[in-house]
Amino acid sequence: MEFDLSEEQRLFTDTLGALLNDQVDLDKIRAVAEAGTGLDPELWQQMTELGVPGLVIDEAHGGVGLGVFEAAIAAEALGYGAAPLPFAATSVMAPLAIATLASPAQQSALLPSIAGGERRVAVGLQRDARFEGNKVSAELDAVIDAGGATDLLVLASDGRAACVSADDSNVSIALQPSLDRTRPVATATIQGADAEILVGNSAAGVDSVIDAGRVMLAADTLGAAQRMIDDAVAYVKEREQFGRAVGSFQSVKHVCAEMVSMLEPCRALVWYAAYVQDTKDPEARSAACHAKAHLGEVGRDVARMATECHGGMGFTDLLGLHYWLKRIGADRQLLGAPEQCRQEAAVAQGWIGG
Amino acid sequence: MDLNYSKNHEDLRAEVRAFLDEFGAQSPKPGGGRKRPDQRTLDWQHMLLERGFCARTVPTQYGGFGAEPDILEAAVIAEEFAGSGALPGLSNQGISMLVPTLLEVGTEEQRERWIKPTIRGDIFWCQGYSEPGSGSDLAAARTTALVDGDDFVINGQKIWTSSAHFADMMFLLCRTEVDKGKHDGLSYLLVPMDSPGIEVRPLVSMTGRAEFNETFFTDVRVPTDQIVMGRGDGWRVANNTLKHERMLLGSPEKLMNRLERIRQMMTETRIDNVALIDRAEWRDRLLRLQGEVIAAKYNNMRIVSEQAKDVDPGLKRLIVKYSGTMVAHRLSALAVDVLGQSGLVYDPQGEQLEDSDATTWLVDYMYDIGLIIGGGTSQIQKNIISERGLGLPREPKVAAAKA
Repeated sequence: MEFDLSEEQRLFTDTLGALLNDQVDLDKIRAVAEAGTGLDPELWQQMTELGVPGLVIDEAHGGVGLGVFEAAIAAEALGYGAAPLPFAATSVMAPLAIATLASPAQQSALLPSIAGGERRVAVGLQRDARFEGNKVSAELDAVIDAGGATDLLVLASDGRAACVSADDSNVSIALQPSLDRTRPVATATIQGADAEILVGNSAAGVDSVIDAGRVMLAADTLGAAQRMIDDAVAYVKEREQFGRAVGSFQSVKHVCAEMVSMLEPCRALVWYAAYVQDTKDPEARSAACHAKAHLGEVGRDVARMATECHGGMGFTDLLGLHYWLKRIGADRQLLGAPEQCRQEAAVAQGWIGG
Repeated sequence: MDLNYSKNHEDLRAEVRAFLDEFGAQSPKPGGGRKRPDQRTLDWQHMLLERGFCARTVPTQYGGFGAEPDILEAAVIAEEFAGSGALPGLSNQGISMLVPTLLEVGTEEQRERWIKPTIRGDIFWCQGYSEPGSGSDLAAARTTALVDGDDFVINGQKIWTSSAHFADMMFLLCRTEVDKGKHDGLSYLLVPMDSPGIEVRPLVSMTGRAEFNETFFTDVRVPTDQIVMGRGDGWRVANNTLKHERMLLGSPEKLMNRLERIRQMMTETRIDNVALIDRAEWRDRLLRLQGEVIAAKYNNMRIVSEQAKDVDPGLKRLIVKYSGTMVAHRLSALAVDVLGQSGLVYDPQGEQLEDSDATTWLVDYMYDIGLIIGGGTSQIQKNIISERGLGLPREPKVAAAKA
């Protein structure tokens, strides 16, 4: 039993964190936010060289062959750096859905190009997508990772799934400016587009893909909230009022203590939730729901409190702190608000009927 | 990350389970407030000691099982006992706080004399730390112990001394070096409670019970060798002890146990014939707390993993007392709300009798506030977290404290 990162996992997350720290500065974040694409091509290339898009894809299909756990620690690092990149859908949900629901031939056709970074798949959920032969129709809102997407994966809650090309004339993806300017949301209209219908047809499979996505969003919030705390602590050590560092006032230091008291246990919760996705533990679903819900709650509080610690500067655009606050806000709203996730956790544990 | 246990640990788990299957019925009921262990509890304790299910790493010459330190073994045993509802080994201030302290910094003679009877339940300890004038500012203690011949002569007053009314011994933080500074003037003495000059007066808490006491010292004599470490080392020893207490107070096992009891209550309690668990607003409160409890549980596993590797868990340990006691109180508050108006019936029995469910929850609901304050208040915890954990500057001192 070891509830900790392994040496390899630590090395991986340190390497990724160092690269992001080096490459993603506020100017880059602002540039991507301005463009509204949610994708910095240079950064994407660097991530591809590190294997990030193929993290959860098996080696036979050109990936790294790691699990949801490693993807979660990557998501934490991406959140910490507010990296303007597609990830939860493109590098985790889509490859997992294809590995779970697609035929061997479909996997060979799709996975290597995802691992190689050329194919970027956005994901949209819809209860009643219409499947007719090899064609699919759907109206999707809140498509995740749509910026720079080459493909769009439609997941229906009944277990059906289909992949369409973003370039198809019957597919229209409209990027919309999101609260989180670094990661646009999109609506998509698909009208009888040619589709790669995934043959698996498993509602449980679709659920497990959503669970993995929820763990990624929770991990992203964990990283982003940790960054906000680190910034706040550094700021209150420097900023002086009344002739002393404001961090020496108990009113301020207690806010910092409250933030870490809330967030530190979240790291263990996210790790656990990610780990049980890989082991297919019976608690996988409820753990993912709890991680998503709890990080949504804690993230919101930490984002506010860390901003308060910066005083008026925290509210300005100048400091850029708001990019992390908004990232946390977007993570909370995607794939089910906390109340919805807790409801699903209750069902998953058999506490109430579905 | 690997949440599988090794074969050795699984073997131990099987051994504990087999024991609990065979002998679990002989376990005294957990809970029941602070009281001197009765014969049944002592017999149970001796069975556990013999098998190494408590005091496992205490060396055999001090009455323990003598196992190599292995924090995962302790975790396996705790999990199995928690799951079975049987009483784990005795947990009191002597066993949980003094014994680890003596093992760390006591003399050979002190270990041989005190550890065995303490873990066997023959000697019961209380803690003499707080004073009317030094609560959060513990190091400002004014109770003095001045050398006279071969003895310390103790004068002063302690407060919040839980169990002092039946304890045999006290570990006492007091001022022996009146000419030295606030922190380095303190020493840590071991004092028999039947010494002439000690008077114990019960203090009734908001629960209506006398759970703790005021303890007065008038020219109480103890030999000068009844000191742990040296004169002036008391602050170091006391902090060592407090570290053990704080982990105990924030324990996630208690939170998990409470959550499950509340969930059951919510399936049985109905409003307009709809169970509370089926009412979204009630259920959401329970689930929100479940998220906190799971996070605390795995934070604890992370701490255990790091301690097993001799790594200081740092922040994740420092937050346990503050966050654990707060979640505990939110849980008992939910239980009280679930009980509703019929749960207002509050009729605590004596120490030997069992309370009703409602009374038990109401006691917890109140006692939890005591735990939020005791062992270092939440505000002191937040100072510790931010200063030791985050490196924030200390509040400037207004003036040097008077000894």
